[in-house]
Amino acid sequence: MKLLVAVKRVPDPNATIKVKPDGSGIITDNLKYVVNPFDEIAIEEALRVKEKVSGTEVVLVAIGAKVCQEQLRTGLAMGADRAILVLAEQEMDSVGVARILQKLVENEKPDLIILGKQAIDDDANQAGQMLAELLGWPQGTFASKVELAGDQKSLTVIREVDGGLETLSFPLPGIITADLRLNEPRYASLPGIMKARKKELKEIPVADLGVDVTPKLKILALAPPSKREAGKVVESVQELVNLLHTEAKVI
Amino acid sequence: MSNILVFAEHFHGKFPKTTLVALTAGKEAAAKMGGECHAALLGKGMDALANELAEYGVKKVYVADDGSLEHYVADAYAVALSQIAKDKGTDVVIGTATAVGKDLLPRVAVRLDAGMASDITGINDDGTVLRLLYAGNAVATVKFESANKVISVRATAFDAAKKGGKGEVEKVAVSLDSGALKTKFLKFDETKSDRPVLTEARIVISGGRGLKNGENFTTVLEPLVDAMGAAMGASRAAVDAGFVPNDLQVGQTGKVVAPELYIAVGISGAIQHLAGMKDSKVIVAINKDAEAPIFQVADYGLVADLFKAVPEMKEEVEKLKH
Repeated sequence: MKLLVAVKRVPDPNATIKVKPDGSGIITDNLKYVVNPFDEIAIEEALRVKEKVSGTEVVLVAIGAKVCQEQLRTGLAMGADRAILVLAEQEMDSVGVARILQKLVENEKPDLIILGKQAIDDDANQAGQMLAELLGWPQGTFASKVELAGDQKSLTVIREVDGGLETLSFPLPGIITADLRLNEPRYASLPGIMKARKKELKEIPVADLGVDVTPKLKILALAPPSKREAGKVVESVQELVNLLHTEAKVI
Repeated sequence: MSNILVFAEHFHGKFPKTTLVALTAGKEAAAKMGGECHAALLGKGMDALANELAEYGVKKVYVADDGSLEHYVADAYAVALSQIAKDKGTDVVIGTATAVGKDLLPRVAVRLDAGMASDITGINDDGTVLRLLYAGNAVATVKFESANKVISVRATAFDAAKKGGKGEVEKVAVSLDSGALKTKFLKFDETKSDRPVLTEARIVISGGRGLKNGENFTTVLEPLVDAMGAAMGASRAAVDAGFVPNDLQVGQTGKVVAPELYIAVGISGAIQHLAGMKDSKVIVAINKDAEAPIFQVADYGLVADLFKAVPEMKEEVEKLKH
């Protein structure tokens, strides 16, 4: 089997992000970047398929500036086989990302594509679904469990949706987007990191793909959110319940 | 003619609050972007719901009533909804960022060659929309550069629509090529609960890693939750640790809630969690670590051992009832 996993470079989720005073973007000085946490889960899921089904190849794809190599190397160190970096400096929305991935899929012909359910920087939660529609493929988004059929021709997906668990099945090729509980991603081992340096990381300028990535959405400005002030510290449970009843009037 | 089409999600023969919120956003969009607000209803046996939907002040309700739409699956619904949008001269499709909305609307956007803004928190008079980036640390003003637009709205950012007026119900036939639909719905295992729905509850009590294990959610937190008639939530850390299911997760990558009262128990207050609850009217934090960031957003903070404070709070709340 061939599996394609999309990897996005995002600011460290534990970093406190601040908006530039002129609203033109965020302050990126000293900001650390990581693999989008849901994409790490996607990589892990692909590696588990590879461990089960012999001869499986896991190919990573990132889109962005040359620095995205770092995140691809992380995924290669976890155990992926090779990586593709689509070099693009321009702003792009999810449709643009999905169109680029569509083009790569035409060349790579994977059986299964796994993406994180959302990137924790722009929280759009769109690219996987858009790619599925562009390809005319079935999708299992927000997956918490994926079971590949014995013949590797179809999948059963359990999805964590509002109010319960939904089970779907579909034939491959298809798309999965990973939710938090799909698995616990492994750490890259030292030998893994050494090996990753020698693995193929191919760079393709976005212009070479001949895909229209003109954004359909434009961010005009960023502003800091309204701030909530800390209130009072109470001394006891009795005082707390009393204040909620008499002052806040919510119970 | 540019019109707005609201995707009206339904569950157990009812419109949840999240759907009524989309109707409000649809009417607001119609007022600011122009056109009429219509609604689309998809499913099987939709007559009663269609009539009810028409009472929410939408000019038209388009109903696709078809056996193939009995259970929601993304590919079939995307075909049906985008077909209605195209046939009926829609420029803007609006839904709510629920599990279904998130799954479906990006596919609809592709079919309509539309730009899509997810999880918006406001619509400006000039037709630009607001949405949050970086776990709520930046508010972006977003402009559509495409003629067609797809929007999912954040349920806590708009009020629920109220009944008023009577729109027209029109049945539409959708042509679903069953051969092209590859996804098979197998089953839905509903979480049975007598508690209010997390995203609709007046009071939400969430537990974090401080609860230490899943059993303590049941034995320590749940008695207080039930005594207060609240919904139960959890931090990502608690879900990650396997204490409770993911559909209880409140935060950036879980559910966004804005109840009248939010009580965070044993939750440190990482930005990812705050992104899902900081618009609550009153926030209470109970945590033994006085330095926990949750106290910076709490209206009332109690520095205490939750294993003592929570049972005590249940007693105090019950005293109030008498």
